[in-house]
Amino acid sequence: MTKQTALYAEHELLGASFTDFGGWQMPLKYRSELEEHHTVRRAAGLFDLSHMGEVWVTGPQAAEFLNYALVGNLAAIAVGKAKYSLICTEDGGVIDDLIVYRRADDRYLVVPNASNADTVAAALQERAVNFDVAVEDESENTALIAVQGPAAEAILLDIAAESSRQLITELKYYAAVEVELVGMQVLLARTGYTGEDGFELFIGNTGAVQLWKAVAAAGAQHQIAPCGLASRDSLRLEAGMPLYGNELGLDTNPFEAGLGGVVSLKKPDNFVGRSVLEPLKEATLERKLVGLQGGGRRSARAGYNVVVDGAVVGTVTSGLPSPTLGYPVAMAYVNTALAEPGTEVQVDLRGKPEPFTVVATPFYRRKK
Amino acid sequence: MSTIKSDLRYSAEHEWIDTAETGPATVGVSAVATDALGDVVYVSLPEVGDTITAGESCGEVESTKSVSDLYAPVTGEVTEINQDAIDNPGILNEDPYGAGWLFKVDVASEGPLLSAEEYAQKNGIDG
Repeated sequence: MTKQTALYAEHELLGASFTDFGGWQMPLKYRSELEEHHTVRRAAGLFDLSHMGEVWVTGPQAAEFLNYALVGNLAAIAVGKAKYSLICTEDGGVIDDLIVYRRADDRYLVVPNASNADTVAAALQERAVNFDVAVEDESENTALIAVQGPAAEAILLDIAAESSRQLITELKYYAAVEVELVGMQVLLARTGYTGEDGFELFIGNTGAVQLWKAVAAAGAQHQIAPCGLASRDSLRLEAGMPLYGNELGLDTNPFEAGLGGVVSLKKPDNFVGRSVLEPLKEATLERKLVGLQGGGRRSARAGYNVVVDGAVVGTVTSGLPSPTLGYPVAMAYVNTALAEPGTEVQVDLRGKPEPFTVVATPFYRRKK
Repeated sequence: MSTIKSDLRYSAEHEWIDTAETGPATVGVSAVATDALGDVVYVSLPEVGDTITAGESCGEVESTKSVSDLYAPVTGEVTEINQDAIDNPGILNEDPYGAGWLFKVDVASEGPLLSAEEYAQKNGIDG
Protein backbone atom coordinates (compact mmCIF):
# COMPACT_ATOMS: atom_id res chain seq x y z
CA MET A 1 0.00 0.00 0.00
CA THR A 2 1.56 3.29 -1.05
CA LYS A 3 1.48 6.17 1.42
CA GLN A 4 -0.14 9.54 0.84
CA THR A 5 1.19 12.85 2.10
CA ALA A 6 -0.90 15.32 4.08
CA LEU A 7 -1.31 17.26 0.82
CA TYR A 8 -2.70 14.42 -1.27
CA ALA A 9 -6.22 15.87 -1.46
CA GLU A 10 -4.79 19.22 -2.61
CA HIS A 11 -2.94 17.49 -5.42
CA GLU A 12 -6.11 15.69 -6.49
CA LEU A 13 -7.99 19.00 -6.56
CA LEU A 14 -5.23 20.46 -8.71
CA GLY A 15 -5.59 17.59 -11.18
CA ALA A 16 -2.20 16.00 -10.56
CA SER A 17 -1.18 12.75 -12.18
CA PHE A 18 0.49 10.59 -9.58
CA THR A 19 3.43 8.24 -9.50
CA ASP A 20 4.73 5.82 -6.92
CA PHE A 21 8.02 7.13 -5.59
CA GLY A 22 9.79 5.56 -2.64
CA GLY A 23 6.54 3.98 -1.47
CA TRP A 24 4.59 7.24 -1.68
CA GLN A 25 1.94 8.37 -4.12
CA MET A 26 3.43 11.64 -5.31
CA PRO A 27 2.43 14.18 -7.95
CA LEU A 28 4.34 13.50 -11.15
CA LYS A 29 2.97 16.64 -12.76
CA TYR A 30 -0.11 18.82 -12.63
CA ARG A 31 -0.26 19.99 -16.22
CA SER A 32 2.78 20.18 -18.49
CA GLU A 33 6.06 19.11 -16.86
CA LEU A 34 7.96 21.32 -19.33
CA GLU A 35 5.91 24.33 -18.31
CA GLU A 36 6.52 23.45 -14.65
CA HIS A 37 10.26 23.29 -15.33
CA HIS A 38 10.30 26.69 -17.03
CA THR A 39 8.13 28.21 -14.29
CA VAL A 40 10.75 27.31 -11.66
CA ARG A 41 13.54 28.87 -13.73
CA ARG A 42 11.47 31.99 -14.48
CA ALA A 43 9.22 32.54 -11.43
CA ALA A 44 8.65 29.91 -8.75
CA GLY A 45 7.47 26.36 -8.27
CA LEU A 46 5.66 24.81 -5.32
CA PHE A 47 6.62 21.20 -4.53
CA ASP A 48 5.31 18.69 -2.02
CA LEU A 49 8.37 16.83 -0.72
CA SER A 50 6.66 15.32 2.31
CA HIS A 51 7.87 11.90 1.22
CA MET A 52 11.40 12.87 2.27
CA GLY A 53 12.51 11.62 5.68
CA GLU A 54 13.01 13.67 8.83
CA VAL A 55 15.11 12.02 11.52
CA TRP A 56 16.00 13.98 14.65
CA VAL A 57 19.18 13.24 16.55
CA THR A 58 19.25 14.71 20.05
CA GLY A 59 21.55 14.34 23.03
CA PRO A 60 24.85 15.38 24.56
CA GLN A 61 26.77 13.20 22.08
CA ALA A 62 24.75 14.16 18.99
CA ALA A 63 27.72 15.75 17.20
CA GLU A 64 30.12 12.91 18.05
CA PHE A 65 27.53 10.36 17.02
CA LEU A 66 26.89 11.91 13.60
CA ASN A 67 30.63 12.14 13.02
CA TYR A 68 30.72 8.38 13.54
CA ALA A 69 27.55 7.56 11.58
CA LEU A 70 28.11 9.85 8.56
CA VAL A 71 31.17 10.59 6.43
CA GLY A 72 31.25 14.37 6.94
CA ASN A 73 32.34 16.54 9.83
CA LEU A 74 28.97 17.39 11.30
CA ALA A 75 30.46 18.51 14.61
CA ALA A 76 31.94 21.44 12.72
CA ILE A 77 28.61 22.86 11.50
CA ALA A 78 27.50 26.00 13.31
CA VAL A 79 24.05 26.00 14.87
CA GLY A 80 21.61 27.23 12.22
CA LYS A 81 23.68 25.91 9.31
CA ALA A 82 23.28 22.79 7.18
CA LYS A 83 25.60 20.40 5.40
CA TYR A 84 25.22 17.92 2.55
CA SER A 85 26.49 14.52 3.67
CA LEU A 86 26.50 10.79 2.99
CA ILE A 87 25.83 7.71 5.05
CA CYS A 88 28.01 4.81 3.92
CA THR A 89 28.33 1.11 4.63
CA GLU A 90 31.45 -0.43 6.19
CA ASP A 91 32.45 -1.17 2.57
CA GLY A 92 32.24 2.48 1.60
CA GLY A 93 29.09 2.10 -0.52
CA VAL A 94 26.57 4.90 -0.33
CA ILE A 95 23.41 4.10 1.67
CA ASP A 96 22.02 7.56 1.03
CA ASP A 97 22.86 11.18 0.48
CA LEU A 98 21.24 13.55 2.94
CA ILE A 99 21.14 17.05 4.35
CA VAL A 100 21.97 17.57 8.02
CA TYR A 101 20.72 20.68 9.80
CA ARG A 102 22.20 21.69 13.13
CA ARG A 103 19.38 23.12 15.22
CA ALA A 104 21.20 23.31 18.57
CA ASP A 105 24.51 22.19 20.04
CA ASP A 106 22.88 18.88 20.93
CA ARG A 107 20.19 18.62 18.24
CA TYR A 108 20.31 17.84 14.52
CA LEU A 109 17.76 17.17 11.81
CA VAL A 110 18.79 14.57 9.23
CA VAL A 111 16.85 14.56 5.94
CA PRO A 112 17.25 11.38 3.87
CA ASN A 113 15.60 10.51 0.57
CA ALA A 114 12.09 9.07 0.63
CA SER A 115 13.12 5.68 -0.68
CA ASN A 116 15.85 5.38 1.96
CA ALA A 117 14.17 7.03 4.95
CA ASP A 118 13.45 3.76 6.76
CA THR A 119 16.90 2.34 6.01
CA VAL A 120 18.65 5.50 7.17
CA ALA A 121 16.57 5.73 10.36
CA ALA A 122 17.35 2.08 11.11
CA ALA A 123 21.06 2.50 10.38
CA LEU A 124 21.23 5.56 12.63
CA GLN A 125 19.43 3.67 15.43
CA GLU A 126 21.85 0.78 15.06
CA ARG A 127 24.93 3.02 15.02
CA ALA A 128 23.68 4.96 18.06
CA VAL A 129 23.96 2.12 20.59
CA ASN A 130 27.19 3.34 22.17
CA PHE A 131 26.26 7.02 22.16
CA ASP A 132 24.19 9.13 24.50
CA VAL A 133 21.68 10.21 21.83
CA ALA A 134 18.06 9.69 20.89
CA VAL A 135 17.22 8.99 17.25
CA GLU A 136 13.61 9.83 16.41
CA ASP A 137 12.10 9.19 13.01
CA GLU A 138 9.48 11.90 12.50
CA SER A 139 9.08 11.27 8.75
CA GLU A 140 5.44 10.18 8.95
CA ASN A 141 4.42 13.25 10.97
CA THR A 142 6.31 15.90 9.03
CA ALA A 143 5.37 17.67 5.82
CA LEU A 144 7.96 19.32 3.60
CA ILE A 145 7.04 21.98 1.08
CA ALA A 146 9.59 23.49 -1.30
CA VAL A 147 9.28 26.92 -2.88
CA GLN A 148 11.91 27.17 -5.59
CA GLY A 149 12.71 29.87 -8.11
CA PRO A 150 13.74 33.52 -8.36
CA ALA A 151 10.42 34.71 -6.88
CA ALA A 152 10.60 32.35 -3.88
CA GLU A 153 11.86 34.92 -1.37
CA ALA A 154 9.29 37.55 -2.37
CA ILE A 155 6.47 35.01 -2.02
CA LEU A 156 7.53 33.95 1.48
CA LEU A 157 7.91 37.56 2.56
CA ASP A 158 4.27 38.09 1.59
CA ILE A 159 3.11 35.51 4.16
CA ALA A 160 5.75 36.09 6.83
CA ALA A 161 5.13 37.73 10.19
CA GLU A 162 6.80 41.14 10.49
CA SER A 163 9.27 39.68 13.01
CA SER A 164 10.32 36.96 10.53
CA ARG A 165 10.93 39.10 7.47
CA GLN A 166 14.53 39.98 8.19
CA LEU A 167 15.31 36.39 9.17
CA ILE A 168 14.19 35.34 5.69
CA THR A 169 16.03 38.01 3.70
CA GLU A 170 19.24 37.36 5.65
CA LEU A 171 19.02 33.57 5.52
CA LYS A 172 22.08 32.15 3.76
CA TYR A 173 22.22 29.17 1.40
CA TYR A 174 22.40 25.91 3.40
CA ALA A 175 21.07 27.51 6.56
CA ALA A 176 17.75 27.20 8.39
CA VAL A 177 15.72 29.26 10.82
CA GLU A 178 12.40 29.07 12.68
CA VAL A 179 10.00 31.62 11.22
CA GLU A 180 6.32 32.47 11.51
CA LEU A 181 4.33 32.09 8.29
CA VAL A 182 0.54 32.63 8.25
CA GLY A 183 0.56 32.36 12.02
CA MET A 184 2.40 29.02 12.11
CA GLN A 185 5.90 28.09 13.23
CA VAL A 186 7.84 26.75 10.26
CA LEU A 187 11.41 25.53 10.02
CA LEU A 188 12.60 27.35 6.91
CA ALA A 189 15.73 26.19 5.08
CA ARG A 190 17.41 27.87 2.14
CA THR A 191 18.10 24.65 0.29
CA GLY A 192 16.80 22.97 -2.81
CA TYR A 193 17.25 20.56 -5.66
CA THR A 194 16.56 22.75 -8.66
CA GLY A 195 19.59 25.00 -9.19
CA GLU A 196 17.53 28.07 -8.31
CA ASP A 197 17.31 30.14 -5.16
CA GLY A 198 14.64 28.63 -2.99
CA PHE A 199 13.43 27.33 0.32
CA GLU A 200 12.30 24.13 1.95
CA LEU A 201 9.63 24.44 4.63
CA PHE A 202 9.28 21.83 7.37
CA ILE A 203 5.97 21.77 9.20
CA GLY A 204 3.88 19.21 11.09
CA ASN A 205 1.32 17.39 8.95
CA THR A 206 -1.55 19.27 10.58
CA GLY A 207 -0.40 22.63 9.24
CA ALA A 208 0.58 21.42 5.79
CA VAL A 209 -2.59 22.21 3.87
CA GLN A 210 -2.90 25.72 5.32
CA LEU A 211 0.74 26.49 4.52
CA TRP A 212 0.49 25.05 0.99
CA LYS A 213 -2.61 27.11 0.25
CA ALA A 214 -1.08 30.27 1.68
CA VAL A 215 2.06 29.92 -0.45
CA ALA A 216 -0.04 29.19 -3.54
CA ALA A 217 -2.28 32.19 -2.91
CA ALA A 218 0.57 34.59 -2.21
CA GLY A 219 2.50 33.19 -5.14
CA ALA A 220 -0.29 33.76 -7.65
CA GLN A 221 0.82 37.29 -8.44
CA HIS A 222 4.37 35.94 -8.90
CA GLN A 223 3.19 33.24 -11.34
CA ILE A 224 3.92 30.37 -8.96
CA ALA A 225 2.75 26.95 -10.13
CA PRO A 226 2.56 23.58 -8.38
CA CYS A 227 5.27 21.29 -9.74
CA GLY A 228 5.65 17.52 -9.69
CA LEU A 229 8.49 15.05 -9.59
CA ALA A 230 8.93 15.05 -13.38
CA SER A 231 10.10 18.67 -13.42
CA ARG A 232 12.01 18.15 -10.17
CA ASP A 233 14.08 15.53 -11.99
CA SER A 234 14.81 17.65 -15.07
CA LEU A 235 15.66 20.65 -12.86
CA ARG A 236 18.07 18.72 -10.64
CA LEU A 237 19.79 17.12 -13.62
CA GLU A 238 20.40 20.49 -15.28
CA ALA A 239 21.85 21.62 -11.94
CA GLY A 240 24.18 18.59 -11.98
CA MET A 241 22.81 17.18 -8.73
CA PRO A 242 22.95 13.43 -8.14
CA LEU A 243 19.84 11.33 -7.59
CA TYR A 244 20.12 8.36 -5.27
CA GLY A 245 19.41 5.19 -7.23
CA ASN A 246 20.81 6.76 -10.41
CA GLU A 247 24.17 8.40 -9.67
CA LEU A 248 24.53 7.03 -6.13
CA GLY A 249 24.02 3.58 -4.67
CA LEU A 250 25.52 0.83 -2.57
CA ASP A 251 27.81 -0.02 -5.50
CA THR A 252 29.20 3.52 -5.86
CA ASN A 253 31.81 5.13 -3.66
CA PRO A 254 31.82 8.86 -2.91
CA PHE A 255 35.08 9.55 -4.77
CA GLU A 256 33.99 8.21 -8.14
CA ALA A 257 30.73 10.13 -7.69
CA GLY A 258 32.74 13.35 -7.41
CA LEU A 259 31.76 13.67 -3.73
CA GLY A 260 35.22 13.18 -2.24
CA GLY A 261 34.94 16.61 -0.69
CA VAL A 262 31.99 15.42 1.38
CA VAL A 263 34.15 12.75 3.05
CA SER A 264 36.04 14.30 5.95
CA LEU A 265 39.29 12.45 6.47
CA LYS A 266 40.55 15.33 8.57
CA LYS A 267 38.05 14.72 11.34
CA PRO A 268 39.69 12.71 14.13
CA ASP A 269 36.72 10.43 14.59
CA ASN A 270 36.48 6.94 13.25
CA PHE A 271 33.39 6.68 11.05
CA VAL A 272 31.55 3.86 9.37
CA GLY A 273 33.33 3.19 6.07
CA ARG A 274 36.51 5.08 6.96
CA SER A 275 38.90 2.11 6.67
CA VAL A 276 37.76 1.49 3.09
CA LEU A 277 37.30 5.11 2.03
CA GLU A 278 40.59 6.51 3.36
CA PRO A 279 42.86 4.56 0.97
CA LEU A 280 40.48 5.29 -1.94
CA LYS A 281 41.26 8.99 -1.71
CA GLU A 282 44.77 8.42 -3.05
CA ALA A 283 43.91 5.44 -5.24
CA THR A 284 43.39 5.68 -8.98
CA LEU A 285 39.69 5.45 -9.62
CA GLU A 286 38.43 3.03 -12.24
CA ARG A 287 35.56 5.26 -13.24
CA LYS A 288 34.24 8.73 -12.64
CA LEU A 289 30.88 10.42 -12.82
CA VAL A 290 30.85 12.98 -15.64
CA GLY A 291 28.46 15.27 -17.44
CA LEU A 292 27.67 14.58 -21.09
CA GLN A 293 26.32 17.01 -23.65
CA GLY A 294 24.60 15.59 -26.70
CA GLY A 295 25.59 16.69 -30.19
CA GLY A 296 22.28 15.66 -31.75
CA ARG A 297 18.69 15.85 -30.66
CA ARG A 298 18.34 12.31 -29.30
CA SER A 299 18.87 11.92 -25.57
CA ALA A 300 20.84 9.39 -23.60
CA ARG A 301 18.82 7.61 -20.93
CA ALA A 302 19.69 5.80 -17.71
CA GLY A 303 21.27 2.43 -18.39
CA TYR A 304 22.51 3.15 -21.91
CA ASN A 305 26.11 2.31 -22.76
CA VAL A 306 28.78 4.92 -23.34
CA VAL A 307 31.02 3.67 -26.15
CA VAL A 308 34.26 4.62 -27.89
CA ASP A 309 35.19 2.83 -31.14
CA GLY A 310 32.50 0.26 -30.44
CA ALA A 311 33.85 -0.64 -26.99
CA VAL A 312 31.76 -0.02 -23.88
CA VAL A 313 33.51 2.56 -21.67
CA GLY A 314 30.74 3.55 -19.32
CA THR A 315 27.08 3.70 -18.39
CA VAL A 316 24.59 6.55 -18.42
CA THR A 317 22.95 7.15 -15.01
CA SER A 318 20.48 9.93 -15.95
CA GLY A 319 19.69 11.71 -19.16
CA LEU A 320 17.07 13.80 -20.87
CA PRO A 321 16.59 16.66 -23.31
CA SER A 322 17.38 19.74 -21.22
CA PRO A 323 14.33 22.02 -21.28
CA THR A 324 16.38 25.12 -20.44
CA LEU A 325 19.39 24.49 -22.66
CA GLY A 326 17.66 22.84 -25.59
CA TYR A 327 20.11 19.97 -26.04
CA PRO A 328 20.47 16.51 -24.47
CA VAL A 329 22.28 16.34 -21.14
CA ALA A 330 23.26 13.27 -19.18
CA MET A 331 25.38 12.00 -16.36
CA ALA A 332 27.41 8.85 -16.76
CA TYR A 333 30.12 6.79 -15.13
CA VAL A 334 33.00 6.49 -17.59
CA ASN A 335 36.51 5.05 -17.46
CA THR A 336 38.72 7.56 -15.67
CA ALA A 337 40.90 8.03 -18.76
CA LEU A 338 37.86 9.48 -20.58
CA ALA A 339 36.62 11.74 -17.79
CA GLU A 340 38.32 14.98 -18.89
CA PRO A 341 35.95 17.69 -20.18
CA GLY A 342 36.20 17.93 -23.93
CA THR A 343 36.55 14.17 -24.44
CA GLU A 344 34.42 12.92 -27.33
CA VAL A 345 32.45 9.75 -26.72
CA GLN A 346 29.32 8.15 -28.09
CA VAL A 347 26.22 6.84 -26.42
CA ASP A 348 24.50 3.81 -27.86
CA LEU A 349 20.95 5.05 -28.29
CA ARG A 350 19.02 1.87 -28.90
CA GLY A 351 21.49 0.53 -31.45
CA LYS A 352 22.43 3.86 -33.03
CA PRO A 353 25.51 5.60 -31.56
CA GLU A 354 25.23 9.36 -31.16
CA PRO A 355 28.05 11.80 -30.36
CA PHE A 356 28.35 13.20 -26.84
CA THR A 357 31.02 15.39 -25.26
CA VAL A 358 32.22 15.17 -21.66
CA VAL A 359 31.48 18.52 -20.00
CA ALA A 360 31.82 19.99 -16.54
CA THR A 361 28.67 20.11 -14.41
CA PRO A 362 26.40 21.83 -13.56
CA PHE A 363 24.99 22.07 -17.07
CA TYR A 364 22.93 25.04 -15.95
CA ARG A 365 24.00 27.76 -13.52
CA ARG A 366 21.61 30.54 -12.57
CA LYS A 367 22.63 34.15 -13.00
CA LYS A 368 23.34 35.76 -9.65
CA MET B 1 -11.08 16.00 -24.39
CA SER B 2 -11.81 12.43 -25.23
CA THR B 3 -8.58 10.48 -25.25
CA ILE B 4 -9.67 8.09 -27.98
CA LYS B 5 -11.21 9.17 -31.26
CA SER B 6 -13.98 6.87 -32.33
CA ASP B 7 -13.57 7.05 -36.12
CA LEU B 8 -9.93 5.89 -36.17
CA ARG B 9 -8.22 2.53 -35.84
CA TYR B 10 -5.27 1.85 -33.57
CA SER B 11 -2.23 -0.36 -33.20
CA ALA B 12 -1.51 -2.02 -29.86
CA GLU B 13 1.60 0.21 -29.74
CA HIS B 14 -0.59 3.35 -29.65
CA GLU B 15 -0.41 4.59 -33.22
CA TRP B 16 -3.65 5.71 -34.79
CA ILE B 17 -4.42 5.39 -38.49
CA ASP B 18 -7.08 7.09 -40.56
CA THR B 19 -7.98 5.12 -43.66
CA ALA B 20 -11.32 6.83 -44.25
CA GLU B 21 -10.21 8.97 -47.18
CA THR B 22 -9.26 7.49 -50.51
CA GLY B 23 -5.52 7.75 -51.11
CA PRO B 24 -2.79 7.55 -48.48
CA ALA B 25 -3.71 6.90 -44.84
CA THR B 26 -2.73 9.32 -42.08
CA VAL B 27 -0.81 8.09 -39.04
CA GLY B 28 -0.21 9.63 -35.61
CA VAL B 29 0.13 8.59 -31.98
CA SER B 30 -2.84 8.41 -29.65
CA ALA B 31 -3.57 10.74 -26.75
CA VAL B 32 -3.23 7.71 -24.48
CA ALA B 33 0.42 7.52 -25.54
CA THR B 34 1.19 11.25 -25.47
CA ASP B 35 -0.42 11.56 -22.02
CA ALA B 36 1.77 8.74 -20.74
CA LEU B 37 4.91 10.13 -22.37
CA GLY B 38 4.44 13.69 -21.17
CA ASP B 39 5.54 16.72 -23.14
CA VAL B 40 6.94 15.57 -26.45
CA VAL B 41 10.15 17.42 -27.29
CA TYR B 42 11.56 15.41 -30.18
CA VAL B 43 10.05 13.40 -33.00
CA SER B 44 11.92 11.44 -35.61
CA LEU B 45 9.96 10.25 -38.63
CA PRO B 46 10.58 8.07 -41.66
CA GLU B 47 11.44 9.92 -44.86
CA VAL B 48 9.16 10.41 -47.81
CA GLY B 49 9.73 7.44 -50.13
CA ASP B 50 10.70 5.06 -47.32
CA THR B 51 8.91 1.76 -47.19
CA ILE B 52 7.77 0.99 -43.68
CA THR B 53 6.81 -2.44 -42.41
CA ALA B 54 3.87 -3.12 -40.11
CA GLY B 55 5.01 -3.80 -36.56
CA GLU B 56 8.52 -2.46 -37.09
CA SER B 57 10.00 0.71 -35.68
CA CYS B 58 9.92 3.63 -38.11
CA GLY B 59 10.79 6.52 -35.81
CA GLU B 60 10.88 7.82 -32.24
CA VAL B 61 8.84 10.01 -29.97
CA GLU B 62 10.77 11.50 -27.07
CA SER B 63 9.70 13.46 -23.99
CA THR B 64 11.75 14.78 -21.08
CA LYS B 65 10.74 11.67 -19.16
CA SER B 66 11.20 8.90 -21.70
CA VAL B 67 11.44 7.81 -25.29
CA SER B 68 9.37 5.34 -27.23
CA ASP B 69 9.62 3.83 -30.66
CA LEU B 70 7.13 4.74 -33.30
CA TYR B 71 5.82 1.51 -34.83
CA ALA B 72 4.42 1.28 -38.32
CA PRO B 73 0.76 0.23 -38.09
CA VAL B 74 0.78 -0.80 -41.76
CA THR B 75 3.19 -1.72 -44.53
CA GLY B 76 3.58 0.76 -47.36
CA GLU B 77 5.41 3.74 -48.80
CA VAL B 78 5.56 7.04 -46.95
CA THR B 79 4.15 9.80 -49.15
CA GLU B 80 4.26 12.81 -46.84
CA ILE B 81 5.55 13.75 -43.42
CA ASN B 82 4.34 16.47 -41.04
CA GLN B 83 7.24 18.93 -40.79
CA ASP B 84 5.28 20.88 -38.14
CA ALA B 85 5.45 17.89 -35.81
CA ILE B 86 9.24 17.85 -36.16
CA ASP B 87 9.60 21.62 -35.72
CA ASN B 88 7.06 21.91 -32.92
CA PRO B 89 6.67 18.50 -31.23
CA GLY B 90 4.38 19.99 -28.56
CA ILE B 91 1.51 19.70 -31.04
CA LEU B 92 1.51 15.95 -30.41
CA ASN B 93 0.26 16.75 -26.90
CA GLU B 94 -2.01 19.61 -27.91
CA ASP B 95 -3.72 17.99 -30.85
CA PRO B 96 -2.62 14.37 -31.28
CA TYR B 97 -5.42 13.51 -33.71
CA GLY B 98 -5.27 16.72 -35.72
CA ALA B 99 -2.31 19.08 -36.16
CA GLY B 100 -0.10 16.48 -34.47
CA TRP B 101 -0.44 13.88 -37.24
CA LEU B 102 2.94 12.36 -38.22
CA PHE B 103 2.99 10.94 -41.73
CA LYS B 104 0.92 9.65 -44.63
CA VAL B 105 1.43 6.22 -46.08
CA ASP B 106 0.29 4.43 -49.20
CA VAL B 107 -1.01 1.24 -47.58
CA ALA B 108 0.12 -2.01 -49.18
CA SER B 109 -1.05 -4.21 -46.31
CA GLU B 110 -2.33 -3.65 -42.82
CA GLY B 111 -0.85 -4.93 -39.60
CA PRO B 112 -3.15 -5.99 -36.78
CA LEU B 113 -5.35 -2.97 -36.06
CA LEU B 114 -7.87 -2.39 -33.30
CA SER B 115 -11.17 -0.55 -33.45
CA ALA B 116 -11.52 2.46 -31.18
CA GLU B 117 -13.67 0.34 -28.89
CA GLU B 118 -11.12 -2.48 -28.71
CA TYR B 119 -8.29 -0.01 -28.17
CA ALA B 120 -10.21 1.72 -25.37
CA GLN B 121 -10.94 -1.58 -23.70
CA LYS B 122 -7.31 -2.69 -23.96
CA ASN B 123 -6.22 0.52 -22.22
CA GLY B 124 -8.89 0.42 -19.54
CA ILE B 125 -10.76 3.48 -20.83
CA ASP B 126 -14.53 3.68 -20.90
CA GLY B 127 -15.66 4.45 -24.43
